[in-house]
Amino acid sequence: MEHTKYLVVGSSHAALEAVTAIRMHDTEGSLTLLTRDTHLPYSPTVLPYVVSGRSAPDGIFLRDEKFFADNHVALKRGKALKALHTERNAAELADGSEIAYDKILLATGAAPAIPPIPGLDQVAYHVLRTLDDATKLNAAIKQSKQAVVMGAGLVGMHAAENLVKVGAKVTIVEMAKQLTDGYFDATAAGLIEKAFTDNGATILTGSRVVKLAPSAIGATLTLENGTTLEADLLLVATGVKPNMDYLAGSPVEHERGILVSDTMQTSVANVWSAGDCAQAKGFFSNAKVMNAILPDATEQGRIAGMAMAGDPGLKKYPGGVPLNTYHFFGRHAISVGSSKAPAGAEVVTRFDEANGRYLKVIFMEGRLLGIYGVNEFFDGGVMCQLILRRVDLSSVKERFVANPLAVGRELMSKLWR
Amino acid sequence: MGRSYNTIAFDAAKCDGCGDCMTACATAKVGVGDTARSRIQVVGSADDGFELALCRQCGDPKCVTVCPAGALTKDGTSGVIDWSAAKCVDCLLCTVGCAYAGIALDAGTGHVAKCDTCAGAPACVPACPHDALTYITTSRIYNEVGDWEDLFAPGLAGCQGCNTELLMRHTLRRVGPDTVLATPPGCVPGMGSVGFNGTTGTKVPVFHPLLTNTAAMLAGIKRQYKRVGREVTALAIAGDGGASDVGFQSLSGAAERNEQILFMVVDNEGYMNTGMQRSSCTPYGAWTSTTPIGEGSRGIPSQGKTQDAKNLPLIMVNHRCEYVATASTAYMEDLYDKLDKAIQASKVGFAYLHVYSPCTTGWRFPTDQNMEVARKAVETNFVMLWEYTPGEGLRFTRPVDDPLPVTEYLKAMGRFRHLSPDQISHIQGKVVENLAFVKQMVHRASV
Repeated sequence: MEHTKYLVVGSSHAALEAVTAIRMHDTEGSLTLLTRDTHLPYSPTVLPYVVSGRSAPDGIFLRDEKFFADNHVALKRGKALKALHTERNAAELADGSEIAYDKILLATGAAPAIPPIPGLDQVAYHVLRTLDDATKLNAAIKQSKQAVVMGAGLVGMHAAENLVKVGAKVTIVEMAKQLTDGYFDATAAGLIEKAFTDNGATILTGSRVVKLAPSAIGATLTLENGTTLEADLLLVATGVKPNMDYLAGSPVEHERGILVSDTMQTSVANVWSAGDCAQAKGFFSNAKVMNAILPDATEQGRIAGMAMAGDPGLKKYPGGVPLNTYHFFGRHAISVGSSKAPAGAEVVTRFDEANGRYLKVIFMEGRLLGIYGVNEFFDGGVMCQLILRRVDLSSVKERFVANPLAVGRELMSKLWR
Repeated sequence: MGRSYNTIAFDAAKCDGCGDCMTACATAKVGVGDTARSRIQVVGSADDGFELALCRQCGDPKCVTVCPAGALTKDGTSGVIDWSAAKCVDCLLCTVGCAYAGIALDAGTGHVAKCDTCAGAPACVPACPHDALTYITTSRIYNEVGDWEDLFAPGLAGCQGCNTELLMRHTLRRVGPDTVLATPPGCVPGMGSVGFNGTTGTKVPVFHPLLTNTAAMLAGIKRQYKRVGREVTALAIAGDGGASDVGFQSLSGAAERNEQILFMVVDNEGYMNTGMQRSSCTPYGAWTSTTPIGEGSRGIPSQGKTQDAKNLPLIMVNHRCEYVATASTAYMEDLYDKLDKAIQASKVGFAYLHVYSPCTTGWRFPTDQNMEVARKAVETNFVMLWEYTPGEGLRFTRPVDDPLPVTEYLKAMGRFRHLSPDQISHIQGKVVENLAFVKQMVHRASV
């Protein structure tokens, strides 16, 4: 049986950072990177830009073959993990072969969650998680005249914008009361919604698709209130679920994701997990949460790699802080930290409706919990440090809210130089 | 071997927040002097001190790792983190990744912008009227010589924090393998140049002359090599005691005969290897084991050395050597230029290089402060960096127009801790006098 010291499963940010971290400490130990994707590593986050045509499909790769050769990494593409046999430290692949490992990292990411709606399996629809999904959708939007996007998260909104820009009539259907729920509050969501409706999109929040059926142009969707929508292009973007089917029958503990410790270790020896499939400690509570965002994937991947290689420089995971950026119709929105204000929190907002500028800052006992802005630029990385370091902002609160960019940098220059 | 990179350094103490660097950056990068669009941002205030928000060109760049589009890459040659406009999707995730505000949105373009060091000639640096910004280019030395063969054995037995190992390894690398090395008694053989247990500490022929005859022996060896038709560099690395005291007559004689040798003096201002006794290069007021501090005798307290130091390099100038220069390990580029010139000069005549070498043990300062002490010596004009050739005369290579008071240097080490105000004013007076003296020689060279 093939044997490798380190087996990394997955090929996006968490996996790549783990590879780098392992090689920082162990330059020679055999390392195999396994991915079910047939392409070189890329980021799911860039895919909306492949759909829009802004990013060339062959220009998005995060590493090339040379990187793996230079770092003595055996890259196996198009090889999916089927089952994990932790009792004998072996990974079973979809093609039936097995690889024995000393240490394994599960960085298998997530896949679109397909809602159980009657008729959905009878119609053609798109999802967006892989490069192949993106190239298919890129071709399809050019033909579309009337499209429906189910789900108003960032993936759905990105795709909807692309559809609007090619001139399709677009309807976005979202179960929640507002779009981009979980990232932005009602005011910010209102600004985003206005940008979309100004550009001709229809947004149906608080509504639910209850039935789908094939139609002449594609699909007919029936909503909860009885109205129907016709779609020649249907995108299902109602969220993601971790890829962890291969854990069936294994003792690796998992809930919504694979449960990991502060060093990304799972409940089973020699098995680590990081990125969108991992369920790790949140920064704001000790509960284990899904924080499926890119910056956290890199952080978790690095920690996992250091832990696997036995790097003594390893520092424990401080807990996931939500970080999101969103670019829409030439405007931008940045969200750092908690987007919900818990009891006892102080919320300060600043809204310049005429210019579409909005800022919301959430403090708890003088410390920053969350900040987000629409068309209000601040250094997200600096804000994240203010949160992680629990910096007391009581004495500068008013100035901070008035100008988070300048005051954030001022604090940075004093506190972490 | 990894590479070393140039970097923009900031001295917050010199910054007054004028913003000229920001104007220069914005002008160079976006064509207008709008400081908000500068990629270098001065933050803070006069009360709290200024700092910079500027890309640090990190070795482990977070902005690169969080970029989903592969638009940011670390250039392995320049060290600069490059941004690709073609690949960037304006997602701003890099700004969330960077904890130093080194990459930010340029509202004028809608894209992120970051420092690219203007391809090695940063516009901000010359724009600073207070020299708060400097572009440190010493990495070229490391990148150039880093791969050359180190001609000393690994592991030399120097004191912790000693800069002489640095000096020895750099010098021998630069001079190269076709060298015969003389190291008279002192720290250099003490550190292991002559080796242990019958093996030498160098990969070139090395010998251990007496303190008194180093230059004479080396001159003879060089002549013998010439006679048999072999081109070698005859190099001495000697201490100040061995050069300025008992070794002086052979040094002076070799210089007078214009022997083709390169004589380097590592001046740590005393016999540090044998227990920190005073030499003729020990400065006035300094504690040594033979110029102690205490009650003294006959009612006259001992307060360190009571004579001024001999200025050996100026004496060597009076030999009209092919090349004479002073150098400091705090100014490596300067030292390297002089080493190159000295090597060339030694092919036709006598070359003399005098390197000031702070001694952590004998001068009593923390072991991590060697470069700082060496730098302070130059910044106060206690030590002056200059070079001399018979054709060009004497010129300063690192003139200090606005020297710090000499107390900035004196207080950096323990050997001057006891100084009385009178002694300090004596030393300050000597600094002024020495500077005037050397300036006169510069003036003579220019008329």
